[in-house]
Amino acid sequence: MQEAKETSVKISVEGLNAWFNTNQVLKDISMDIAEKRITAIIGPSGCGKSTFVRCLNRMHEVVPKARVTGRVLLDGEDIYSADVDPVDIRRRVGMVFQKPNPFPTMSVYDNVAAGLRLMGVRDRARLDRVVKKSLEMSALWDEVKGELNKSGASLSGGQQQRLCIARALAVEPEVILMDEPCSALDPIATAKIEDLIAELKKDYTVIIVTHNMQQAARVSDYTAFFFLGELIEYEATRELFESPADKRTEDYITGRFG
Amino acid sequence: MNSVQLKRKILNKVLDFLAAFSVVIALAPLISILYTVVMEGLPAINLAFLTQLPGPVGEEGGGFGNAIQGSFIVVGIASLIGLPIGILSGVYLAEYGNNRFGRMVSFTADVLTGVPSIITGIFAYILIVMRFGGFSALAGGVALATMMIPVIVRTTEESMRLVPDEIREASLALGIPPWKTSLRIVLSTAQFGIITGALLTIARVSGETAPLLFTAFSNRFYFDGVMNPVATLPVMIYTYALSPFEDWHTQAWGGALVLVSAILVLSIGVRFAAGRKYSGGM
Ligand SMILES: Nc1ncnc2c1ncn2[C@@H]1O[C@H](COP(=O)(O)OP(=O)(O)OP(=O)(O)O)[C@@H](O)[C@H]1O
Ligand SMILES: [Mg+2]
Repeated sequence: MQEAKETSVKISVEGLNAWFNTNQVLKDISMDIAEKRITAIIGPSGCGKSTFVRCLNRMHEVVPKARVTGRVLLDGEDIYSADVDPVDIRRRVGMVFQKPNPFPTMSVYDNVAAGLRLMGVRDRARLDRVVKKSLEMSALWDEVKGELNKSGASLSGGQQQRLCIARALAVEPEVILMDEPCSALDPIATAKIEDLIAELKKDYTVIIVTHNMQQAARVSDYTAFFFLGELIEYEATRELFESPADKRTEDYITGRFG
Repeated sequence: MNSVQLKRKILNKVLDFLAAFSVVIALAPLISILYTVVMEGLPAINLAFLTQLPGPVGEEGGGFGNAIQGSFIVVGIASLIGLPIGILSGVYLAEYGNNRFGRMVSFTADVLTGVPSIITGIFAYILIVMRFGGFSALAGGVALATMMIPVIVRTTEESMRLVPDEIREASLALGIPPWKTSLRIVLSTAQFGIITGALLTIARVSGETAPLLFTAFSNRFYFDGVMNPVATLPVMIYTYALSPFEDWHTQAWGGALVLVSAILVLSIGVRFAAGRKYSGGM
């Protein structure tokens, strides 16, 4: 946590609990997330990584009977306080899902432009510019530039995921949550996305869930290890991987379980 | 070849034959209707028939121009009333109707789908004709809209429910408000199912006669405002077919051919809409 103090805190999570119906999947999580840094979330399947990131943009409550308690401060303001509109939070905290989910009836172009259009942007030149820039950032531009009008659903799985990344970038959020963005990608596309993530750090706060230890080590500044709904260890990435303090962290990163 | 294999082979052949035979039985009436309508109707079709007013009784010539125009207008009024109400209700049921009220509305729509068309005619008669003191295009439109709404509600609801939750989440996570997510993203994803349902329903009500008999009624002249009676193809066919005049019978067949062709065009439109995988517009 030493290095976290050099930069300002973008998100501060305080005593966060989350439930699906009566099943508590996050237990008293507290952590500060550094601005314009990359924070990786690792942990075995089912430990609550996706649930955690979904609590950071109020997407958890979209699931029927899902419930959250605790505080999540975005720039010092509690996103769960009664007068906050989740729509505003989701604009500021964008998200890329574990499974690619492009809008199937829309073209590549319309997918990327969807967020801005539905916020009322009509200026075609601006939309063109944002679509191109977002697709370039997500390393998809070269593959689709000639066929922006073809269906988003007709792309390959990996291309769809990059399309979803471009769609999230197009609305220019402050924080980007990525839930295993590379799980559907080949090594080349994965490398492109990792480059993108490194690039994003200049302007955005990035939180990335990953199952890939090398990836966490390569791209992130900080790493948090989750286990059975609890935050076990949260350190500068280097430290966590080189000298984990907790036995469970060590077992996990050395591949002894999970 | 042993006897078991032989038995299977024979059974296969017999079933193949029965299946093919059933298809012929099922299609025969349809083909026979189409054949008769075309053969009997074609002699009546010419430019005058499609554009002119009906001639005076006992005189040759004249056409169904007013009925063709009237059918478009009445079905148009029905669509203007029925589509927005039906689609919005369907959206509501699919997105917010997972409660007792929603399930009750769904069930009511199912029951209404089975209401005989003559009853919806009586409904429109009481609602519009009695209140405004006369038959009218509006009353006809309301009668047909009443038939359309429950079907549109249910097809919209079903199509919207088929849209996976991931699509809703993708939209919400972009900071698109829930109502816009329903109306712009989910609805657009479900559009082909809804368009298909709408076209089939429009095709179905275009052929309805009973609810129009005492709502839109009929008229020997062209459309003259929504509060006046108007001629429509089904009612005109009905009237002409029951008349004692030979040339009116021919014209009734001509009207039937026009009506069947219009419905066929709509059905082909359905195939086209359903076959298209994607549209660029939002
Ligand atoms: N929609 C849901 N309804 C009910 N329970 C759920 C739902 N989604 C997840 N859970 C439960 O919550 C727990 C945490 O799930 P979560 O998806 O956050 O795990 P994860 O760490 O992201 O796993 P993975 O690495 O497999 O993606 C799991 O035990 C799961 O059973
Ligand atoms: Mg997950």
